[in-house]
Amino acid sequence: MNFIALKMLLGDRAKYVGIVIGLTFASFLVTWPSAIFTGVMSRTFSFVTDVGLPDIWVVDPQVQYIEDVKPLRDTEVLRVRGTEGVEWAVGLYKGTLRARMDDGTFQSCVVVGLDDATLIGGPPKMVAGQLADLRQADSIIVDEAGARGKLARRLPDGRRIPLKLGDTLELNDHRCVVVGICRITQTFQNIPVIYTTYSHATTIAPQERKLLSFIIAKAKPGADLHEVCARIRTNIRLSAYTPGEFKKLTFWYFLKYTGMPFNFLTVVSLGFIVGVAISGMTFYNFTLDNLRYFGTLKAMGTTNRKLLRMISLQAAAVGAVGYGVGIGAASAWGGVLSGRTQIAFKLPWQLLVISAVAVLVICVGAAALSIRKVMKLEPAMVFRS
Amino acid sequence: MVVDLAPDEIATRASVHCTNVTKTFGTGRTAVHALRGVNLEVRMGELMMLVGPSGSGKTTLISILAGVLARDGGDCTVLDHDYSKMSSDETTGFRGRNIGFVFQAWNLIPTLTAVENVAVPLIILGTRRHTAIRQASEMLRKVGLDDRMMQSVPLDLSGGQQQRVAIARSLVHNPRLIVCDEPTSALDSETGRKVMELMRQLAVGNDRALIVVTHDARIFDFADRIARMDDGVITRVLDSPQEMQTQS
Repeated sequence: MNFIALKMLLGDRAKYVGIVIGLTFASFLVTWPSAIFTGVMSRTFSFVTDVGLPDIWVVDPQVQYIEDVKPLRDTEVLRVRGTEGVEWAVGLYKGTLRARMDDGTFQSCVVVGLDDATLIGGPPKMVAGQLADLRQADSIIVDEAGARGKLARRLPDGRRIPLKLGDTLELNDHRCVVVGICRITQTFQNIPVIYTTYSHATTIAPQERKLLSFIIAKAKPGADLHEVCARIRTNIRLSAYTPGEFKKLTFWYFLKYTGMPFNFLTVVSLGFIVGVAISGMTFYNFTLDNLRYFGTLKAMGTTNRKLLRMISLQAAAVGAVGYGVGIGAASAWGGVLSGRTQIAFKLPWQLLVISAVAVLVICVGAAALSIRKVMKLEPAMVFRS
Repeated sequence: MVVDLAPDEIATRASVHCTNVTKTFGTGRTAVHALRGVNLEVRMGELMMLVGPSGSGKTTLISILAGVLARDGGDCTVLDHDYSKMSSDETTGFRGRNIGFVFQAWNLIPTLTAVENVAVPLIILGTRRHTAIRQASEMLRKVGLDDRMMQSVPLDLSGGQQQRVAIARSLVHNPRLIVCDEPTSALDSETGRKVMELMRQLAVGNDRALIVVTHDARIFDFADRIARMDDGVITRVLDSPQEMQTQS
């Protein structure tokens, strides 16, 4: 009977293609915005992801998310170091400064100041130069996307020449020399990121009473991370988070205080509705068109159970093809754009499952309507002309 | 429970035996009394034609005989089985094994080839596809379709060829009762006669009976007996087509 079910489905080429296109759209429209949303949200805490070494982040108790920097006193580093269970702790500067471009325009950049002695907190991957070169005077390391894009030199004819080693950049009226190009996870604001030493960063940055943004620390081997964090909170009255907790704090801030989830949810819902409208209705119409033949099969001795299996198989077949094509298109398009643009596209396996569930729901819904119709079908209808 | 008949029992038994069968559609003032007490016997090995004007209940009666519609009252046994005492699944299974159908609009599945359409009853009974296709091909050869036509979809066949496919489909699983609803109504006179000759030759035998619902007076001479229906009852059973012509 499976062969009859599939031939009935594939033989009606127009409807089959219509159903598959509908499911492809649904799958694509559920997957694509979800992947963009996931990519964007993961960029909100990309800085924590890139600073991989520490397992404790110490910040002001009022800090709500990673960009919400509330400076600490430099002496707090020493207090964290003195906390039981802490192996080491260093300070980190993070601020937004303006770079002056050759053509006189300005470009905002995130400047990260690393501990002078250890350079802990540096970029995860160097493309050119070495991290240790930051110890040279006035040196900076620029992220690859920024060096190629927003910080690239603009020629009079409009062409852009990427920053390279040895080039200079003016940051807040301070001349800086590019000694390295690094690759980092793109940030939420998608502005260039510049690494330098803490002392250099605090020289460039506008003078304030306190400039220390974060203290990053490592717990001693065997120490309970959560206990160490709790100890820091109690003894120093600062907030201490594990990287996971700090990411979660940032993630939920953006989820709660921006309209992004609703926007993406709206698009995903529209995709789902398109799927239901196009595929669900076309599949139902396909069944209605074939009702006479289902009735004939029923009259000739096909049980309801077998008819149910036939319709389920038809729904599963279009579902699998539509889902596959939709996911494939989303992945391919995401891959193409990721290679050429700064698009935030991230497609973890969980999204594949969510998209599969969405397509499954559409197929089950459409099949359920069709099955109900066929189950209630009087085989006597076959004698009506 | 389904009981297979022994060959020597077949000729002596009635294929269909109905007394006082009633069927009403709808309720109250809108109720339509389609059958008002039908008495009918169809013997093994005969071709019985049901004739009568539109709305006289012919189609309702063959629907009940074929087990695709439940009667409201009366008694009826088909091949010694009473559908009212069988479950829905048993009735469906019984139909699959014992009843062959030829529909007015043929009802061939348009996306299957002729040979695949004929193989459907065998596939429903659980025959492997390869075997079913082979048996279907043999049956199609018997009704006069060549190999090229077998691989054609119904739309590419003429009306007569489609009806031949429908006949092959109704016979391929060797059923004991074949019900045909207006089998020649969509065919020209010559093709209609050829189709009836084929039915007579292939479908009628000691171990099976054929019931044909028709309006078509041109094919009355193929019948062994003709039952005339009017307003939900069988008003007359004529023992020969000539008698029918005389009555007309």
